[in-house]
Amino acid sequence: MQKTPNNKAWFLVLPVFLLVAFSALVPLMTVVNYSVQDIFGPGQGFFVGTEWFKEVLSDERLQNSLVRQFLFSGAVLLIQIPLGIGVALMMPKSGIKSSVCLILLAIPLLIPWNVVGTIWQIFARGDIGLFGWSLNALGFEYNYTRNTLDAWLTVLLMDVWHWTPLVALLCYSGLRAIPEAFYQAAEIDRASKWAVFRYIQLPRLKSVLIIAFLLRFMDSFMIYTEPFVLTGGGPGSSTTFLSQTLTTMAIGQFDLGRSAAFSLIYFLIVLLISWLFFTAITHADKEK
Amino acid sequence: MIDWMNWTPSVAIFFAVIACILVVMTVYEIVSPCSERKGFLPIATTRGDRLFIGLLSAAYIHLTFLAVSDITLWVALAVSVAWLLVLMRWG
Repeated sequence: MQKTPNNKAWFLVLPVFLLVAFSALVPLMTVVNYSVQDIFGPGQGFFVGTEWFKEVLSDERLQNSLVRQFLFSGAVLLIQIPLGIGVALMMPKSGIKSSVCLILLAIPLLIPWNVVGTIWQIFARGDIGLFGWSLNALGFEYNYTRNTLDAWLTVLLMDVWHWTPLVALLCYSGLRAIPEAFYQAAEIDRASKWAVFRYIQLPRLKSVLIIAFLLRFMDSFMIYTEPFVLTGGGPGSSTTFLSQTLTTMAIGQFDLGRSAAFSLIYFLIVLLISWLFFTAITHADKEK
Repeated sequence: MIDWMNWTPSVAIFFAVIACILVVMTVYEIVSPCSERKGFLPIATTRGDRLFIGLLSAAYIHLTFLAVSDITLWVALAVSVAWLLVLMRWG
């Protein structure tokens, strides 16, 4: 029987489309519009063409925070993905123990960003914080408000604490989806633990890992609240990441034109990377 | 209409062109639906995919021109349009 294609169902999407248009498209268009103007106040914008873009592209402060951002996201992925896989592999497979593990793992994910920042800000203090005080008592000179390396380590540690559970939970669900027959076959072949991981678990985790990678990359690339609360971007500007630079520029200095140009470039980077990941995910699905 | 929220003519033209491209592509798709195919790009793409890749790379071409040279952006536009056409035909 020949089915006639009927696309009328698309009309049902119309309300959502209108909503998105109102909440996302129009603001985005406004940003594009501001990026070519110098705005002094309401109704006082002057067309400056691509001047802001040129300025932003050669602005050292922004370039530095872009480099820091990539370093941070790279470090986050390098630590959290292997750690998440490791945690998922070590978790009990079933029963009450696995439920307890799942709940414990999920707790950091439930805490709001600013609270996470505050928790770590106190936790890492040298005078009253358990972590900072212990390190100092052990003879390490640790002070995240003064030392750049300490600040970076603290921000990274905080992010690892906050978000590795997400990777672990995703991997755990991926691992549970592997049929028992695969393991039985491996046992018959006397495959080593490493071989089981390398040839059965890792390939089967591929699509879950791509999603974990995408989520962790995007989230860390747009990180704002946690380092803002923890270090305030300091010492100096050593932990000032992109969105904080952008916010300072847009709201602190009210430099709307320049920050609009900058956020468009930011948007293009995010768009490109998400598209690459999205293509990788859909490609992996098709191969299946 | 254009005074609302300080819209400038260049931005209005920019979005009008993008809207026109989307409308034309939609009509084209209804008149002759496309199928996924493999061109010189490493992945199989539909017409919409190629348009997206073309537009995204056009943005990057413009930014690269701005960052590394003082050449007028009309050149960047010409390069982008040429690239988009190549991509749509052979991509």
